[in-house]
Amino acid sequence: MKKIEVLGTGCKKCTTTAEQIQAVASELGLEVEVEKVTDPATIMNYQVMSTPAVAIDGKLMHSGGVPNRAKIEAMIGA
Amino acid sequence: MLEVFTWLADWLTYGLAGMDPESKLGTSLHFFIEDTTKIFALLVVMIYVIALMRASLNLERVRHYIQQKHRLTGYGLGAGFGAITPFCSCSSIPLFLGFTSAGIPLGITMAFLFTSPIINEVAVIMLWSLLGWEFTLVYIIIGMGVGIGGGMVLDVLKGERWLKDFAAKAYRQAAETPQGDSPAPEAPSLTLKERHAFARDELKEIVERIWKWVIIGVGLGAALHGFVPDGWFADNLGSGQWWNVPAAVFAGLPLYSNATGVIPVMESLILKGLPVGTTLAFCMSTVAASFPEFIMLKQVMQWRLLATIFVILLVNFMIVGWLINLLSPWLFSGFH
Repeated sequence: MKKIEVLGTGCKKCTTTAEQIQAVASELGLEVEVEKVTDPATIMNYQVMSTPAVAIDGKLMHSGGVPNRAKIEAMIGA
Repeated sequence: MLEVFTWLADWLTYGLAGMDPESKLGTSLHFFIEDTTKIFALLVVMIYVIALMRASLNLERVRHYIQQKHRLTGYGLGAGFGAITPFCSCSSIPLFLGFTSAGIPLGITMAFLFTSPIINEVAVIMLWSLLGWEFTLVYIIIGMGVGIGGGMVLDVLKGERWLKDFAAKAYRQAAETPQGDSPAPEAPSLTLKERHAFARDELKEIVERIWKWVIIGVGLGAALHGFVPDGWFADNLGSGQWWNVPAAVFAGLPLYSNATGVIPVMESLILKGLPVGTTLAFCMSTVAASFPEFIMLKQVMQWRLLATIFVILLVNFMIVGWLINLLSPWLFSGFH
């Protein structure tokens, strides 16, 4: 099971990102664990400056906004 | 070109609605219609055009650029990029840590964060259309000045002593590692189509975020415009005693607005005879010293640093207010 972290200090866009990833994953029948990460130190360690950002299994995949559907599929599907 | 909006407001208020141009309600409504239509039309066009141009500007590149420059230039660059980089306040913490962990001095990072809420394309467009280019220029200069000055003072005081431990550690580590000439992050090469997509999303997002503020701001401005008699401020506050400026700064503190909401109010305040410096001090205090933002920064700073920053900002606003009041007979000769 993939562990997906949505990085962000808790703005609305971060919530949207987490929800959309969850929705796409359930639609594709993939089992994922989506977690929202708000701890500043963790976000810093990922070297992220624009949030929301997405890390999958500890690897940064996306940053700087709500990812669109195609991008979400590419991230969690592969 | 912008007279169109005056005509539109004339026609709607006095023609269609049949209101008396001398009445308070009529004047207010006219002001409201003229300003909202003008602001929205300009915003839609300008946000789109600016977003097209800056689609490839990202924070990683900005950070790299600042890193390569001399520290003194850094303050100006920090404030300058703070003004032009698209940036939402919910990203302040990651941005702060990204800069700090790259060894950029606290004062430069804060110059970026101070200037960011004060100057942005929306504020500039609104100022330009409502108050003219001279005023806009002065606003930009003092906005940058507040950022640069605030950042420098913070470094002179060695504010980095009062960072939270993990942030201070990251800063020290970066300072100890030689930076060398790391290659610049590549500018994403974007097709026109991708730029259009970026600009369209940006436009949608910004308008969604600010439309309420425009309505509220212009609404307040319109009410002031129609219902407060000309010269009211001069009659009731005196014309620019020294204590007016600190009073304006403190009055602005509990009000939390962004530049979009406060600029139409500024327009009315100035037209009603509040001195320009006092008005600016009020506006900056409303926009740049907001408690929600400060509470967010608590995640990376100790109270002592937060308090220091707060005091620096307040003092800066007062200096700006006094200075502009002093200079305004020369700066805005055609204004009153």
